[in-house]
Amino acid sequence: MSLDRRILELLERDARHTPQQIAAMLGEDENRVIAEIARLEKEKIILGHTSIINWEKAGDDGVTAMVEVKVTPEREVGFDAIANRICRFPEVRTVYLMSGLYDLAVVVHGKDLKDISTFISQKLATMHQVQSTTTHFVLKRYKQDGFIFDDKEKDRRLVVSP
Amino acid sequence: MIDGSRYLRDSIKSLPPSGIRRFFDLASHMEGVISLGVGEPDFVTPWHIREACFYSLEKGYTMYTANAGMIELREEIAKYLYRWQNLTYDPETEILVTVGVSEAIDLAFRVLLEDGDEVLIPEPSYVSYVPGTIMAGGTPVMLDTREEDEFRLTRDELAGKITPRSKLLLLTYPNNPTGGIMGRDDLLDLVDLIVANDLIVISDEIYGELTYEGKHVSIATLPGMKERTIIMNGFSKAFAMTGWRIGYACGNRDIIGAMNKLHQYTILCAPIMGQMAALEALRHGEAEMRRMVEDYDYRRRLILKGLKEIGLPSFEPRGAFYVFPSISVTGMSSLEFSEKLLKEEKIAVVPGNAFGRSGEGFVRCCYAYSVDHIEQALERMGAFVARHHV
Repeated sequence: MSLDRRILELLERDARHTPQQIAAMLGEDENRVIAEIARLEKEKIILGHTSIINWEKAGDDGVTAMVEVKVTPEREVGFDAIANRICRFPEVRTVYLMSGLYDLAVVVHGKDLKDISTFISQKLATMHQVQSTTTHFVLKRYKQDGFIFDDKEKDRRLVVSP
Repeated sequence: MIDGSRYLRDSIKSLPPSGIRRFFDLASHMEGVISLGVGEPDFVTPWHIREACFYSLEKGYTMYTANAGMIELREEIAKYLYRWQNLTYDPETEILVTVGVSEAIDLAFRVLLEDGDEVLIPEPSYVSYVPGTIMAGGTPVMLDTREEDEFRLTRDELAGKITPRSKLLLLTYPNNPTGGIMGRDDLLDLVDLIVANDLIVISDEIYGELTYEGKHVSIATLPGMKERTIIMNGFSKAFAMTGWRIGYACGNRDIIGAMNKLHQYTILCAPIMGQMAALEALRHGEAEMRRMVEDYDYRRRLILKGLKEIGLPSFEPRGAFYVFPSISVTGMSSLEFSEKLLKEEKIAVVPGNAFGRSGEGFVRCCYAYSVDHIEQALERMGAFVARHHV
């Protein structure tokens, strides 16, 4: 596997890995790893470094909804123009183009139900390319980006074993 | 109450307890210990393997299996060894599923050793070979291995210890505790000696899949060696399945048949739940296994570099998940170093002499831990070495 791919895999697993650690783990020169990460960031292959947070546990009672959006694609730009416009709203966390019965899957986060319904009825549904929206509110989160929220597994090994 | 020890066999009474056990008692009674002392993966068994076991229980698979293990499992083991090592074994007669490699080794000793037969054991060695030999009536003959040879068994050392009573040679590569491996050329160097002296090789390859920067070579693949090698392997290390206790032995049908005879009178069969899980591991678990091996490799490099930086250098171990650094800069014995490190810094490592006298002057550090855990341990060990440097 190429160096950049291995770096990406390590950073995806834990963004806190320092270039020194990555260099040691891959048996590579530290400066080369630093340069490679800089390139990946410059080329927007690495878009950012973030943390996965259990906000519910942190006391936040915000609301998340998955919105199925049917849109009219436009000549020359297809779904991209409308998708990019939807992306710009800070309430929107994720946008995917989907196969199947609807076109865009939009994940929206707000402080309460009213917040989200206002956003959808006033901003999202009123865009002229949007034909319809179907909103599903998230009741509970179990796993996100590879992390299980209430993971009961822990290191149960004996302290010393042969 | 009667004194139970009056009834014990002398040979059991004189058998020393494992050096690891003593250290475990010390470490397990202490709070907040950061351990590098385990001998097992940090991964929990991959989910699809656990799930296959639940499913088999739902279906009612709770009975005995054939003594030698489910034929489906033996067939998968045969296919696996063919894919991996290009070795061919008959699932009907040349493969035995055991309760871990530990049982397989015990069976082999008991079916092969007459009183006084000698077992050649490279040292440092895993803790059960010597007592196993003694309990089967054999005589352990230790072969020294040295750090400058990366703890490989050399031809000279083997040649010097062979006697007319030599019967078995035990090889454990990749090695616990050193992490050392024997490549094809290293093994080839021993073959004519083994054949000329009519030795049977017991090759404990439980860490075989955990070989880095190259592929594991089983001694059974070398010319003339398959017929005189009993390969022992299992699921504990490669598939993160230590607690399931499933291992296997492959080799000459007469020897495997005799081991099965003993196995049926003592164990009857390995638990079916573990066998079902093992079947799933071989059928669908190799991708996950490779991912885990890659992860060990990352941490291997990290700890090796870290140990070197704090003044505890080691040769580069290319197998298992252990580093075996020399502690000579502290002037302490292995046990003294380990006990002081535990008391002063709450770090548990295993003293090298627990694996025999060739391990004196070294400690075993396992790197099957998270990166954060390893770095924390290294930091404390660094402070310790700086304080005790002579």
